[in-house]
Amino acid sequence: MKELSAARITDAVRRLCIEANCHLPRDMRTRIRESMEEEDWPQAREILERIRSNYEIADRENQPICQDTGMACVFLKIGQEVHIDGDLTEAVNEGVRRGYGDGFLRKSVVRDPLDRVNTGDNTPAILYTELVPGDRVEITVAPKGFGSENMSGIKMLRPSDGLRGVKDFVVQVVKDAGPNPCPPVVVGVGIGGTFDKAAYLAKKALLRPVDVRNDSPFYSQLERDLLEEINALGIGPQGLGGRTTALAVNIETFPTHIAGLPVAVNINCHVTRHQTEVL
Amino acid sequence: MAICVKAPLSREQAKALRAGDSCLISGTIYTARDAAHKRLCELVEQGKELPLDLKDSVIYFVGPTPAKPGQVIGSAGPTTSYRMDAYSPTLIALGQTGMIGKGKRGPEVIDAMKEHGAVYFGAIGGCGALLGKCVKKKELVAYEDLGAEAICQLEVEDFPAIVIIDSLGNNLYETGPAAYLAAKEER
Repeated sequence: MKELSAARITDAVRRLCIEANCHLPRDMRTRIRESMEEEDWPQAREILERIRSNYEIADRENQPICQDTGMACVFLKIGQEVHIDGDLTEAVNEGVRRGYGDGFLRKSVVRDPLDRVNTGDNTPAILYTELVPGDRVEITVAPKGFGSENMSGIKMLRPSDGLRGVKDFVVQVVKDAGPNPCPPVVVGVGIGGTFDKAAYLAKKALLRPVDVRNDSPFYSQLERDLLEEINALGIGPQGLGGRTTALAVNIETFPTHIAGLPVAVNINCHVTRHQTEVL
Repeated sequence: MAICVKAPLSREQAKALRAGDSCLISGTIYTARDAAHKRLCELVEQGKELPLDLKDSVIYFVGPTPAKPGQVIGSAGPTTSYRMDAYSPTLIALGQTGMIGKGKRGPEVIDAMKEHGAVYFGAIGGCGALLGKCVKKKELVAYEDLGAEAICQLEVEDFPAIVIIDSLGNNLYETGPAAYLAAKEER
């Protein structure tokens, strides 16, 4: 059994909160630059250029890319052979507290959905844990902004709706969102499982780099097809028209029930942030 | 070529702007988002005095990140505007002439804009680091307890924004994508 102190998890989460918010991952930068070349509408290209200079400034000056520094979504893959010394949930929340304080990040969490009093330190985190073989702990912090989160959708389709039903729903969610989630967006899609599992898969899909396609040739093709359909909508960067409505579509799937076909669409903006560290 | 827009923004100037105009806004604007709008409208309902002068005012829907030492403001890009739809008509009726945000607005807001002569600007969402640099001065006006949601007065210089909806109800979110698709069709 490997011993790991909760304090090390706190330190890592603190660091990852700051890094994720100030430094856009390389796959996103490359994809944004590629889309500038593919974009044939002048105003759209201009907006993409501004988006690029924004993440460059943020990177250079250790400044948050976006003022919505999000709810801290923390994904832990915990090796079964690791023993964590201390309270794991509290360790993660303490990391968020320190990261958002020390990093001058915005505190955007309210303690109750209806009384809406700010917790003042961006806690609690949204924490997902997964047990995996081995003796390591992998921590991913993905701050999630709510301009795009609010435009997400879930639907329990009928099995007879099939592939066309899935495609239509995904495209419709992006179309209805229009300019609101700060396009160009990254579209996370979860298909299968249960109501909650589909939503979780959609969120998890957003962690995958935008230049990595689904392992399965079928879903990899579906990702490409959906991206093409979405980029034919004409919404464009910021919803002002253009080709670049989405930068990528990432799909994750899971077996489901004979009676069901759950589909969840989690939209993320052009500031799709995540940083990972392994302890 | 960008149009230089002075804030506070007179009704006449607001009415002269058209959807699609690229603007650089300079002058005094206010920050307010969900919680501050709610409080302002509660004061209006109770017939009480407001902490800011709404006449010719431009309100920026923003909740910035905290300023680091030596900074005026942190990252400060627009938040999604539709959450202010329940409140904007009341403030427009009381003299507000400009809104800066991003995303769609409801018919009740557009009606108020047409009736009173107001304009809705879009700033680029997700570009907070860039837009924060246009803010030269920041002063707290009200509701410090709201943290990032407090109302502040900002002095901005050449703040880039595009007119999304004008006082005639023209809407760039409809005409922009339509123009792109029509041009694509022709090719």
